[in-house]
Order: sequence, then C-alpha cells, then structure tokens
Amino acid sequence: MSVETPLIGDFQPFPSASAEGSLAGVRVGVVTFPGTLDDRDAMRAVRLAGGTAISLWHGDHDLRGVDAVIIPGGFSYGDYLRAGAISRFAPLMEQITAAATGGPGALPVLGICNGFQVLTEAHLLPGSMIKNNSLHFLCRDQRLRVENADTLWTSDYAAGEEIVVPLKNQDGQFVADERTLDELEGEGRVVFRYVRENPNGSRRDIAGISNAAGNVVGLMPHPEHAVEPGFGPDSSARGEVDLRGGTDGLGIFTSVLKKLVG
Amino acid sequence: MPRIVVDVMPKPEILDPQGKAIAGALPRLGLTGFAGVRQGKRFELEVAGEVTPELLEQARSAASTLLSNPVIEDVTRVEVIQEDAE
Repeated sequence: MSVETPLIGDFQPFPSASAEGSLAGVRVGVVTFPGTLDDRDAMRAVRLAGGTAISLWHGDHDLRGVDAVIIPGGFSYGDYLRAGAISRFAPLMEQITAAATGGPGALPVLGICNGFQVLTEAHLLPGSMIKNNSLHFLCRDQRLRVENADTLWTSDYAAGEEIVVPLKNQDGQFVADERTLDELEGEGRVVFRYVRENPNGSRRDIAGISNAAGNVVGLMPHPEHAVEPGFGPDSSARGEVDLRGGTDGLGIFTSVLKKLVG
Repeated sequence: MPRIVVDVMPKPEILDPQGKAIAGALPRLGLTGFAGVRQGKRFELEVAGEVTPELLEQARSAASTLLSNPVIEDVTRVEVIQEDAE
C-alpha cells in the first residue's frame, strides 16, 4: 500500500486496515475538475481509512475500474454560472451518472461540498444549493447528526450519532420544494443534519442527503478534513481531543471500504 | 449580428439572498421607494447568421438545461434581438 508521508506525527492507517488487509483492495476514485481543491485531501482520507485512492480526471471517459467515486470540494470551473453547473457536463460525469443509476450494485458516489452541488446539478440528488443566507463565506467546525446510518457511506456510524467536521462554503444553503423535502424525510434520505445551529439557512437543517437507492450521498461539510490527528478540528463529538485532534469524519471512508470489501 | 437573449430569474418561492442584500443597500443611498429586489441573470447568445427556428429551439434547450437550474430558477424570456434594436 502506498501512503503519503504525514507532515507531522506517525502515519497510522485505520487499525483494521491491516487486520482486514483486503480493504486496500478497494479502489476509490477521486475526481479532479479544473478548480477542485480537496481532491488530495479526499485521496488521503481514503488511504488513511485503509483503501486505495485512484485519481480520476474530469475530461476522461474511463472510470478506471474503481469501486466507488468521491467528487470532492472546491470551485470547479470557478463556480461560473452556478456551482457545479458546468462540471455536470464533463465527460467523466456522464460515466459516473450512468454507473450510479445502474440499479442494484450501482456505483457508490459521495459528493462533498462542491461535489454535492455537482450531484444536484446532475440530478443524481434532488434539490439545489443557493448562497448562504448570511451571504458570507463560512469556515468553521460544524456539529452534525448522522440521521441515516444505513447508507454505504455512513454504516460505520450509529443512527443519531453526532460528529464534528469542518464546514467551508459560500453556496451552502440547501433548498428544495416542500414535496421533495417531505419525500426525503419520509424515506429516511436525510443523511446528515446540522445540530445546535443552522449555519446557512438550509431547509430543515439538512446538511446531507442520499438518493432513493442509497448509493449516492452528498453533504456540504467536509469529513475528509477530519480524518487525521494533528490536522482535524479542535473538537470532536466523542469528547475532548488534542489540538486539531478531531477525526470524526473518518467513518465516512471506512464505511464504504468495509461495505465494498464485504 | 442577431443575438438571442435568455433571462433567468430565481423562482418566486426561493429566497434570493443576493436580492435581499441589494434591497438592504438601496435605502442607504436614500432610495427608499422599493419594496424588494430580485436578482436574475441575462445571457446573450450571439448568432453568426440568421436565427432559424431550429436555432431558437437550441437556445430554448440551452436555457432549460445549462443556463438555468429548474429546481431554483425559471427561464423568463428567450427572445431574438437584432443588432440595431434596443
């Protein structure tokens, strides 16, 4: 397994990675668009969780045989037109859309921040994102509740479990019509909800949702920035942590690896 | 050279934070006569030759697929503008 050398401290892959060595056999693709920022962090999160990260280029037509795909955060195409609007028509997105809607065994896809916006523009997830109601770019550690722990991307959490991960965006306000919101709630497709405070005006405090099949999940906050001691938030929903010691986001990545290896 | 103008507005039921901010700024200029502001987008599609019905149909297609997101926006106008007009 190839891993990046951490900047400080000792690199420790997820403990069960060696015990369940086959996790390394799970290939998770991370898409890079022009303007993507968090692709390296997402790839690192996959490696820290014990999997193999594969770099995917938006202009390619080939998913390189990956078992799952992460569309990371950033400002693809400079957020021109609308966040995610132009990325949606990238050649690789056509492949991802087809693979993610292929019925049972469909490709697991996670969209983080701008990736979530891309998934809504691609109609893989309902609703859309508009500017934060404060109109400010927000960057803070955000507490979330995992509402649905049955998706491929959240199975390592318990339903109702809270996590703290960074939130950093300008267009983070999730909107959808009332019927769609009722449908999401009724079908248990609200995966993450903001707790204590709604940072951006998102309808019904929704931070993340899934498609009906449960293989496609999108969320605005950034679990990939809370995976490694020394580089995470200063707080955790699990109790006191050292400075930058929050790793509550790692479960997203271990969830999908374990599901795919099983 | 004719242009096809496409106007896109946020849906009425969608809160428009940018419009709200502008509405908040107007009274600071002493312009107090406005009850609200909604901010939309205008696109101008330039056409090299003549605007055929097929081309206009393409513009409508562009308006509904790429230029607007039907979840949050309405296309309020697709119209041909001649060079000497406006």
